[in-house]
Amino acid sequence: MGGEVGEASPPITPAMHSAVALRGITKRFPGVVANDHVDFEAAEGEVHALLGENGAGKTTLSNILTGLYRADEGEVVLFGEPREFHSPRDALDAGIAMVHQHFRLVSPFTVAENIVLGDHRDVGRSFLLHQRTIERRVAELSKRFGLALDPRARIWQLSLGEQQRVEIVKALYRDARILILDEPTAVLTPQEADALFETIRAMADDGRTVIFISHKLHEVKAVADRVTVLRRGRSVATVHAAEATRRSLAAMMVGREIELGRREDDGRRAGDPVLVLEHVSGDGDRGRAALADVSFALCAGEIVAIAGVAGNGQRELAETVAGMRRATSGSIRANGRLLQSGDPRHAIATRIAYVPEDRLGTGVAPGLSIASNLVLKSYRSPPASRGPLLLLGRIRELAQRLMHNHDVRATSPDVPARQLSGGNLQKVVLAREFSGEPSVVVAASPTRGLDVAAIETVHTYLRDAAAQGVGVLLISEDLDEIFALADRILVMYEGAIVGERDAATATAEELGLLMAGGEEHG
Amino acid sequence: MRIERRLAQPRWLMLVVPLLSLVVAFVVATVILLATHHPPLHSFRRLFDAAFLANGALTETVVSATPLAFTGLAAAVAFRMNLFNIGAEGQLYAGAITGATMGLLLGGAPSPVTIAVMILAGSAGGALLAAIPGVLRAFFSTNEIITSLMLNYVMALVIDYLIFDSHSYLRETKGFNASVFPQGKQLPDAATWSSWTIHGLVLPLGFLVAIGVAVGLWFLYSRTRFGFEVQVIGDSARAGRYAGMRTRRKILAVMLLSGAVAGLGGASQDGDFRHQLDPRGLTQANYGYTGIVVAALARYNPFAVVVVAFLLGGLQNAGYTLQGADFPNGLVGVLQGLILFCVLGGELFVRYRIRFERRPSTAAPATQ
Repeated sequence: MGGEVGEASPPITPAMHSAVALRGITKRFPGVVANDHVDFEAAEGEVHALLGENGAGKTTLSNILTGLYRADEGEVVLFGEPREFHSPRDALDAGIAMVHQHFRLVSPFTVAENIVLGDHRDVGRSFLLHQRTIERRVAELSKRFGLALDPRARIWQLSLGEQQRVEIVKALYRDARILILDEPTAVLTPQEADALFETIRAMADDGRTVIFISHKLHEVKAVADRVTVLRRGRSVATVHAAEATRRSLAAMMVGREIELGRREDDGRRAGDPVLVLEHVSGDGDRGRAALADVSFALCAGEIVAIAGVAGNGQRELAETVAGMRRATSGSIRANGRLLQSGDPRHAIATRIAYVPEDRLGTGVAPGLSIASNLVLKSYRSPPASRGPLLLLGRIRELAQRLMHNHDVRATSPDVPARQLSGGNLQKVVLAREFSGEPSVVVAASPTRGLDVAAIETVHTYLRDAAAQGVGVLLISEDLDEIFALADRILVMYEGAIVGERDAATATAEELGLLMAGGEEHG
Repeated sequence: MRIERRLAQPRWLMLVVPLLSLVVAFVVATVILLATHHPPLHSFRRLFDAAFLANGALTETVVSATPLAFTGLAAAVAFRMNLFNIGAEGQLYAGAITGATMGLLLGGAPSPVTIAVMILAGSAGGALLAAIPGVLRAFFSTNEIITSLMLNYVMALVIDYLIFDSHSYLRETKGFNASVFPQGKQLPDAATWSSWTIHGLVLPLGFLVAIGVAVGLWFLYSRTRFGFEVQVIGDSARAGRYAGMRTRRKILAVMLLSGAVAGLGGASQDGDFRHQLDPRGLTQANYGYTGIVVAALARYNPFAVVVVAFLLGGLQNAGYTLQGADFPNGLVGVLQGLILFCVLGGELFVRYRIRFERRPSTAAPATQ
């Protein structure tokens, strides 16, 4: 990742017209102020990034702008006119469209059908679908903004990148003058992301305003003209992207200096193999093959990262190693013992810790107390239980100790896990998994959705674990994270390991190519 | 004005909300009673008298409460695991059939033996029936709501068939009336469950067993590994599997337990109160469905189930007493319905609160 991309961004001159201005926007939810007198302004033809950690208020702000929420205080000014939206439709009619992180598409419908869905102007108003007219317009828009799409394809047939294009074309089809993209690169390969950035520029050159929500610094640097940084619900600063550095943006976002960059060589060396996969194949949830002949070894004290675009078998791989999914063939050995496929209890007994991608729902039982969740895997034996009986007093003591040692911030161990923030929740998971003295840790997207401070904590856990001789299998879509942690990088594509690289010498470009299914030596 | 979810649910609300709901119910009931020319205060007085105060009223209330306690517990056990066993109705019939059969078979045995066997047989009958939706759910992911509900209709037909449409072992075939008015065979005296009288209040064995079951279930769910697993799986089945729990076995076990408790209620009907297999009485009472309401009002807490069953039993019992020439049956139903509706509707306020605030447009200038 080249760091400071010095793309020529046009300076904002007073001659440019303000497209949207938010003044003193305040939105309160029970217990929190999500937006606290936020000011924000974007001009016509500008790409304006909204940067902030999770929970900084980015989503709330965009929901206000798209009419989903109403601000408690403050005003929304559109093209110089104060507006009040009573529903998302009002905002759409005013020319504001949003591309959500999770697409809102009807998967059995065609691209064209999805694009007119909910449209209530001229053609969209008619009882019949004017298939041809719609297809013609879709094709025209696709061509103009470099968004290759087949209007007749059905959504379920499309990759996530293509689905995103449908969302963007949908916004353009409705003549949106202001497009909000919520973390649009989360599901894309680096190459796809580059293509998206070109589209974004094309839209801006067309005079549209693009509001780009992200917490990835290099993207913001690469695509935005200006950046507004949100922190804890407040707008901290608005700066020109060209003048800011990744470090200065990060500092504004977090409120202090943070580390960025590659893992330093701390002199630790890998030991004996602790996890060995041989020719492992397996099926996904829909019965289609998800793992194809996966073989690799993970050594004690080593961090091996599995890189890949979401949906290429990483989740299935993690679940298979953790015993939650049955392999159709092949074998997995941990500490020399053959794992019983599809038996999570055996994996736990073999000291394989698993930090699942889905924290709330798999990693913890959300309605149960922190204490219960901390003994989720150890309740079968002393000190948590004796015979069939639970020892509630002991469980509470144990929980209090773990909460103290791992800095889980909650008023008591009886608080339901659901009420914890993402970072605290992940600490509960990590505290539990590491209290089992694992020899292998499988961490699937362990920092997804966490803020920068919590990401640092998780990274520290994984590094410390490796330093103590635990084999860490890190599954991540975030190349920054992989570079920050891994010793070796394996790339997964369509269920198979398509390449292996030493983290010290690998480049983002070659990994990106592998992730996109390019040839190993292409 | 708007409704928003409460972040925390204070404990005092759990008591205050139902009480206030009752007040609302009585206010509305007053209006209705006035409109139909019945003196409200006098009517309420009679209602309470009939339910709790009059001579023998408490005894009658306990009689009504006992089956509701069993079906309420049956529902609560399963619902706690997010397993919606709607089949307590049918499982109660099944328990009544097996209980009555054993009572008749063991005609000459000593009473304690007969009673113990009836209790076991009733539980087994209910559990066996619940095993069908249990197995289907655990191993074939079939929706247990539908399968358990459908079995209720099957069991209603089976129990009718045993007495009205066949010459089964359970039907009385001797005697002058037998062919004209089909009914169940009278159980032997040894099959009559014991009861104890304290200051005129008759406590049947079944009611005490229900309290015992409530204590047992509370212990099972809050103090044992089994209960912990049920809680985890009920909250998130994936988390249960992640923790290495055998989720299918738990689903089946909880279904069997739920069915057993409902079946026990059926055996109690035979032994405590009816002393024969009584299809008409059982099918008209709707114990199984009312049990779901009981469980919901008690928030699936076993002790609360017994208390709620007692209160609801009182309400039912008062209904029987109140109706007469001057007080139509329909009006009794309206009063009962009002009370239930308000109490159930009041639950909303435990989870949500209503906030009154001025509109932002009028509030904004005031603050500046």
